[in-house]
Amino acid sequence: MRKLGAVAVTGAVLALALAAWTRQPPTPGQGGGTIGGKVKFTGAKPAMPKIDMTEEPKCKAKYQGVPTDETVVVNANGTLANVFVYVKSGLPASYTAPAAAGPVALDQDGCRYHPHVLGIQVGQPLAIKNSDGILHNIKAKAKANRPFNISQPTVMTSTKTFDKPEVMVALECNVHGWMHAWLGVLPHPFFAVSGADGSFTLKGLPPGTYSIEAWHEKYGTQTATVTVAGSETKTADFSFAGK
Amino acid sequence: MLALAAVLSAQDTTAGKSVYVTWCAGCHGDGGAGDGAAAAHMLPRPRNFTGGLYKIRTTASGQLPTDADLERAIDDGLPGSAMPGWKGRLSDTERRDVMAYIKTFSSFFADTSQHVVPLKFSSPPGGGTSETALKVGRQFYDSIGCRKCHGDQGRGDGPSAPTLKDDADFPIFAADLHQNWRFRGGGSVEDIYRRLRTGLDGTPMPSFADLIDQRFLTDEELWRLAQYVRSLSPPTPPEVRDVVHAPQIHGTVPTSPDDSVWARVVRYWFPLVGQVIHKSRWFAPAVSGVWVQAVHDGTTLALRVSWDDRTESPDSAWLKFAQRILETVAGDDSAPPPPKAEPWPDQLAVQFPRRLPEGSGGMERPYFLMGATTDPVYQWRWTSRPRRALAGLARGIERFDTVAGAPAGEALYGHGEWRLVLTRALATPDTANEVQLEAGRAIPMAFFAWDGSSGEHGSRMAVSTWYFLALDRPTPPGVFISPVLAMLVTLGLGLVVVRRAQRRGARHIS
Repeated sequence: MRKLGAVAVTGAVLALALAAWTRQPPTPGQGGGTIGGKVKFTGAKPAMPKIDMTEEPKCKAKYQGVPTDETVVVNANGTLANVFVYVKSGLPASYTAPAAAGPVALDQDGCRYHPHVLGIQVGQPLAIKNSDGILHNIKAKAKANRPFNISQPTVMTSTKTFDKPEVMVALECNVHGWMHAWLGVLPHPFFAVSGADGSFTLKGLPPGTYSIEAWHEKYGTQTATVTVAGSETKTADFSFAGK
Repeated sequence: MLALAAVLSAQDTTAGKSVYVTWCAGCHGDGGAGDGAAAAHMLPRPRNFTGGLYKIRTTASGQLPTDADLERAIDDGLPGSAMPGWKGRLSDTERRDVMAYIKTFSSFFADTSQHVVPLKFSSPPGGGTSETALKVGRQFYDSIGCRKCHGDQGRGDGPSAPTLKDDADFPIFAADLHQNWRFRGGGSVEDIYRRLRTGLDGTPMPSFADLIDQRFLTDEELWRLAQYVRSLSPPTPPEVRDVVHAPQIHGTVPTSPDDSVWARVVRYWFPLVGQVIHKSRWFAPAVSGVWVQAVHDGTTLALRVSWDDRTESPDSAWLKFAQRILETVAGDDSAPPPPKAEPWPDQLAVQFPRRLPEGSGGMERPYFLMGATTDPVYQWRWTSRPRRALAGLARGIERFDTVAGAPAGEALYGHGEWRLVLTRALATPDTANEVQLEAGRAIPMAFFAWDGSSGEHGSRMAVSTWYFLALDRPTPPGVFISPVLAMLVTLGLGLVVVRRAQRRGARHIS
């Protein structure tokens, strides 16, 4: 009995070691699992308020019609844009994130933020650009990270980093009360933002079972549990309903 | 050694806690979240210590403050807010202890990865009040967009001002740069320069430090901007004096607020406070004080009142702001939910007793807060819409009955400032109800102001206590003539005496 137990324990240890070895994270984009899907939108599409840019002729001139608030952007195909989808948990403890490739860009153009929702890795530079050439202040209302509030009265770029994970950091301009954006700071590269077709893709995931969260600034969060192994692709669709 | 240090710091925060609970928690809350019992009445709200986020620092934007920064806030308070200075009220040890305790509310202070480094500040370049320096400062005031919030002339009336909110989404006023004695971090040129470098965390006011790094402006130019901002306020904070002296002028009194006469007349500052005695109480008065000037011409008084007000109410651009103020500032515990903001006008009231106190030593005055049912007061009430001035009797806050003889009122608004001149005959027929403005008497006078766009109306107003108006008498001609007469008489009598003596002498000789 004792021998059998020892063999079982050894086997289990070996199996765990093997599992740990095989779960070494592949570099994103080079193999690994993929989780993709669409963010659907049902119900009534809310009318977004128009933004009066009379005070800023430079910005106003960049639009043909009257620009609207971007809190809820429903795509032509009935999907929801600007949903931040990310791996909330499930990464192996041994996982170490690869160094981020270059800075993430945030542009202030036409007195709106581009993109409106974005993700960044811990320590990765955020390059904040003012393309408008009029005064913007950029305030990051971070809670887990230290916040900041800097001014850009001209065409210029300022770079900031965040040293702790935080979903989400609210970014805003106080000169233009309508300007706001959302930044997700994560310790890994497994995040995406639903685009103009409502789709998202998380690539290069190590095999495992993940809790995937979809976050929207107005409609809150939804989670899905997805297991991927090898280089397989799994689908996780989300659906938010208008109120 | 470590154990000793631990014990010492534990002692510090225990002592600090007891100071905090006694003196600070009423506003800042037991847990330091800025939510004490009195907090809901205040604007700006008491600091929430849990985020480790502080307005007044010597560190870069978003960084923790130094201990010295916190000590300064505790010692000197934050002018223009409800936070008093505690130097002199608490001992050095108590203030240090409570500072240590306040830091325990935020985990950031215990985070060793936070490097709290004060910025190195240069010294102000000289010539700060020269025309050239101020011109450079003004140039950057425009080019870095200060006017967006603070307005063209700096009274906090810029186009973005009505949308401003702090990090907790409470409405926040862009500072009135003409009242540097109310700047939270101090009103000196050094203080202003530091705020430009560091920003005021948790508020819309950003740091402008990057602009030096990116060579948009030089350090000296930032100093010039600070010097320009400083130049908008008086050289010293206004002193409160009790009596407004109204000199008698030749010719008729000026009726226009911009008449050149006013440039030659002393102006007096009277601070106003929120009306917190009667319901609905008001803890967030928008008008912090009025400047008063007066002249008379022997038959008519002209009273000029000017005050800073971000809006010419009613102003539809500020209606949402007024609503946010009403939702933020609690009235009474028993008060109904905040009313919906309406396009209320701006108002100003000047109050007198109906009759001057009798007798030489009689200084008994009616109740300062708009009199009482049995003892009314005589008031002039001016409103921005309809634009008019009325006279009447107030019997407490709720009741105002107009009387016939209204003063003439002429008002101008521009760049965040009202300038109003009220004129009335010194003597009127209705001596029972209308104060008779006699020269040489101390005439009790008080002020009330409402900013409609800050939700002020009815009992939600700013009030003063009683002060005095004194109409200076022209110097009577006798004052000049009697000495001359006396001299002539003396001279004449002397001559007579001398003559007589001379005659007598002549007789004896003859």
